[in-house]
Amino acid sequence: MNPAMEGGSDNLDLLWVYLQQEPLLWLTATLAAYAVGHYLHRAAGGSPLVNSVAVAIAVLVVLLLATGTTYATYFDGAQFVHFLLGPATVLLAVPLYRNFNRVRRLLVPMLAALLAGSITAVVSAVAVAAALGASRETLLSLAPKSATTPIAMGIAEEIGGLASLTATLVIITGILGAMIVTPLLNVFRVTDWAARGFAVGVAAHGIGAARAFQVNQLAGTFAGIAMALNALLTAILVPLLVGWI
Amino acid sequence: MVHAILALLVCQLLGEVIVRATGIPIPGPVLGTFFMLVALAALREVPEPLNAVAGVLLSHLSLLFVPAGVGVILHVARIRAEWLPLLVALLVSTAVTIVVTALVFFWVLRRMGLQESESRP
Repeated sequence: MNPAMEGGSDNLDLLWVYLQQEPLLWLTATLAAYAVGHYLHRAAGGSPLVNSVAVAIAVLVVLLLATGTTYATYFDGAQFVHFLLGPATVLLAVPLYRNFNRVRRLLVPMLAALLAGSITAVVSAVAVAAALGASRETLLSLAPKSATTPIAMGIAEEIGGLASLTATLVIITGILGAMIVTPLLNVFRVTDWAARGFAVGVAAHGIGAARAFQVNQLAGTFAGIAMALNALLTAILVPLLVGWI
Repeated sequence: MVHAILALLVCQLLGEVIVRATGIPIPGPVLGTFFMLVALAALREVPEPLNAVAGVLLSHLSLLFVPAGVGVILHVARIRAEWLPLLVALLVSTAVTIVVTALVFFWVLRRMGLQESESRP
């Protein structure tokens, strides 16, 4: 917005001040940006390479930069969407309950895969980044990147990383996981929906689970369980492994 | 609908309160999921309103990550300085984690003689 260009600009200024103070504008913008992402994803024939979260974030970042809006101002509005992460996690109990017998039958493969996957996620990320010369603060922020956002942020804080950097890395991880899971597991010929969903849930938390729900209900259920279990295990593992970073 | 949302928030609140009061290393919402599961097991069915709420929120789960994702704007300088190690680490780690998890799951499944639950055609 460029003020003082013409006569009516006082009103425009007041309007902009109002919009910047109320949560409505950025809440609306968040949903609109996601709707754009959703539309592009469908227009691309549901291709995992056009990720609606990535599109939404890109649109919003451009908007914030163009209007000189701070992240804090943005988040005042967007926090209502962010808040729903907690209730959505609780709601995973619904598909979990519906598939309870199947889940119970597959408990041993699940726990084995969880342990292997969770350790792999932390160790491989830190090892690769360290080998390529990332700073210690970055490594500490990177370690919990496969856990879901609020949990990963809590872990990062506890071990001396930057919680907000962790949030960013968690989201990028989720987007990458959602993009690559389908072709990757096709190459390795893993056809079982439970195994496919569980894998993307461990590696790419809720964004991976969202992708899995799009493809198959059972895959989504196992991705949801994997996300919950990996949040738990990462919270225990990372503080134990942090001595080696 | 009101009851479903109330039950949902009560489960989460219970989870958060218990985690903070006892200091157990479990995320509050994850404990809330457990309470919700216990409640559903006691009811022996998923009430329709709860089903509807779950349908809405879980089908657009990825929307909920957008506000945190926009936080990337706070870290432009660091990402510019360390983009190579970050990108390679995230990509390699995510790919390896997906493959390791899926293969271990599949391998144990086969070893235990459990038939495939449901497969990609």
